[in-house]
Amino acid sequence: MGSLTLSNVTKSFGKTEVIKGVDLEVQDGEFCVFVGPSGCGKSTLLRMIAGLEDVTSGDVMIDGKRVNLLPPSKREIAMVFQSYALYPHLNVRDNMGLAMKRAGASKAEVTQAVTNSAQMLSLETLLDRRPAELSGGQRQRVAIGRAIVRRPKLFLFDEPLSNLDAALRVATRIEIARLHYELGATMVYVTHDQVEAMTLADRIVVLNAGKVAQVGRPMELYNDPANTFVAGFIGSPQMNFLKAGALGLQGETVGIRPEHLVIGDSGEIDGTISHVEHLGGETNVYVKTGPHGLLTVRLFGEHDFDIDAGVKISPDPARRFHFDAEGQRMR
Amino acid sequence: MSISARTSMPRTVAVHTALILYTLIALFPVFVILINSMKSRKAIFREPLALPGPDTFDLVGFQTVLTQGNFPLYFGNSMIVTVVSLALVLVFGAMAAFALSEYRFRGNFLMGLYLAIGIMIPIRLGTVAILKLMAAAHLTNTLTSLILVYTAQGLPLAIFILSEFMRTVSDDLKNAGRIDGLSEYWIFFTLVLPLVRPAMATVAVFTMIPIWNDLWFPLILAPSESTKTVTLGAQTFIGQYVTNWNAVLASLSLAILPVLVLYMIFSRQLIRGITSGAVK
Repeated sequence: MGSLTLSNVTKSFGKTEVIKGVDLEVQDGEFCVFVGPSGCGKSTLLRMIAGLEDVTSGDVMIDGKRVNLLPPSKREIAMVFQSYALYPHLNVRDNMGLAMKRAGASKAEVTQAVTNSAQMLSLETLLDRRPAELSGGQRQRVAIGRAIVRRPKLFLFDEPLSNLDAALRVATRIEIARLHYELGATMVYVTHDQVEAMTLADRIVVLNAGKVAQVGRPMELYNDPANTFVAGFIGSPQMNFLKAGALGLQGETVGIRPEHLVIGDSGEIDGTISHVEHLGGETNVYVKTGPHGLLTVRLFGEHDFDIDAGVKISPDPARRFHFDAEGQRMR
Repeated sequence: MSISARTSMPRTVAVHTALILYTLIALFPVFVILINSMKSRKAIFREPLALPGPDTFDLVGFQTVLTQGNFPLYFGNSMIVTVVSLALVLVFGAMAAFALSEYRFRGNFLMGLYLAIGIMIPIRLGTVAILKLMAAAHLTNTLTSLILVYTAQGLPLAIFILSEFMRTVSDDLKNAGRIDGLSEYWIFFTLVLPLVRPAMATVAVFTMIPIWNDLWFPLILAPSESTKTVTLGAQTFIGQYVTNWNAVLASLSLAILPVLVLYMIFSRQLIRGITSGAVK
C-alpha cells in the first residue's frame, strides 16, 4: 500500500500563491480528510497529489518515491470526482476496466478485477448500462468502483458526496468507511462538510487560506483546537467566542462550545432569548448578550423558552479555550 | 398543435407568421431558379414567375449542362474542395480550440486574439499575396491551392466557436481520463469531441456553405478546365453578349443538391446533439 508525504509544497497561479507551504505525513492505510472553507486550497492540494496540477515548489512523495514529475497515470493513484466523471460513451464494465486495459492487463485480469469490485459495491446488475441510465448514487458507486479496480496505492476523493441528496450522502459515506476498512488502503478525502470529516477521518487536516491550520484526530481537533479558526470550523453549532476582557479573564477571546454553556437564573452573563430551534433530541437556544453578541446554547432534550425573556448564562470553566489577539490558543 | 398553459394563441400565430414569412422570403430566389430551370428560354423571359406548364416545360438547360459542359468533373472538384477543406477545418480547428481552452501556456490569450482577428478581416484582402504565394509554390490551377485557402478561411470562426464550447466540457472528465492513463489525443477524440458535436455541426454548416458557393478563389487560383468548380463552371454559360439562361439556371439548381445533402447530415447531428443534452 502507500504512504504520502508532502514537504513544503507550494502552488502559485501567476503571482497568486494558493498553497503556501504545506507539510504533511499520511501513514499507510490512513484515512486523511482535508477540510476547510471554499477557496482554502484543499482541492488544489489534492490535484497536486494526483498530478493534475504542477507543484510550484516542494516535494510530493508517494511510498517514499518523489512523484513531482510523474504523470497522474504513473503515480498508482485513483481518484473519485464530485461530478462522477464517468465516460459517457462506455458502459459500466468498460468504465471500470479502462484504466487496467490501458495499463496493458490481460482480458481475464480485467474481467476478474471488474467483477470483484462490482461485487464489493453490488454493481453486478448495472454492468451493461451506460452512465446516462444510472441514478446519481449509482454513478458515484461506479466511480468508486472504477477507483477500486486499479488497486491503487492511494485513493483520492474530491468532494464525492456533494452532488448527492442527504439520505444517499449518509449511505454512501458509510459505504466509503466500510470500503476503507475492507481494503485497508490509504485514502485522502477532500470535503467542506465537517460532518463527513469527523465521521470518516482517522486524521483531519484543517486548511485555511492555503496553509494547514491544524492536523489531528477528529476528537483532538474538537477538544483541543490550536486556534480560533479550527475552533470555529469544527463543531456544529459553531463555538461561541466571548470577549475575555468583559469576563475578567486572560487573553483576547474565550471560546466555549454551545453544549458547555448553562442557562439558568444565576450566571455571569446577562442576555435575552432571541430564537429557539427545536430539533427533538436537542434544543438550540440563541441568546442576545451585550458585550458578546449572539451566543448559542445547546441543550439536550426538549426545552421551552419565551422569546425575549431575560436569562443568565454561565460557561463551564473547565471547558473554556483561551485565545490571544492573533487567534492562537494560549495554553 | 395543442394550446397549453405556456403558449397562447395570438402569440403562437404571431411567431408562426413571422417564421413563415421569413421562410418564404428566404426560399423565393431558390424557388424561382428551380421553376425557371425547367422552362423554355422564351417562357423564362415571358413570365419569369409562372410555373412550368405543358407548353413551357423544357429540360434543355439540364441537357446542355450534362452534355456540353464538363459538369460531372466540376461537381467532383467542388465536392473534393468542400469536403476536404471542411474536414481540415474541423480537425485542426477543434484541436486548436482544445489547446487554447485546456492548456495554460504563455501567449495563450494573444494566440486566441490573433485567431479571432481572422474572423474580422476578410481573407480576400490578401488575394494578391495569396496568388503570389501559390504561384511561387507552383500550386496555381490545383485543387490543393483552394483547399489551403479555404482551410485558412474557415479556421478562425471554427476555433472561436469550438473553444467556447470546449470550456464547458467537465474538467473532472478530462482529469479522470488522465488518471486512467489515457493520452491527450484519446481524451480529445473520444471524450471531448462527442460532447461538442452540436458545436461541430454548427461550425461545419457555417464553413461549408461559403466554400461551396465561392466564385472568387476558383476564378483566381484555379480557373483551368480540369480544376473548375461548379460555381465557376456555371459562368461559362454567361457570355458578354449571349447568356444561356437555361443552362445557368439548370447548373445552379444542380449545385444546390449536394450542399443540401451535406446540410441535412449536419443538421440532424445538430438536433441529435441538442436533444441528447436536454434529456440527460
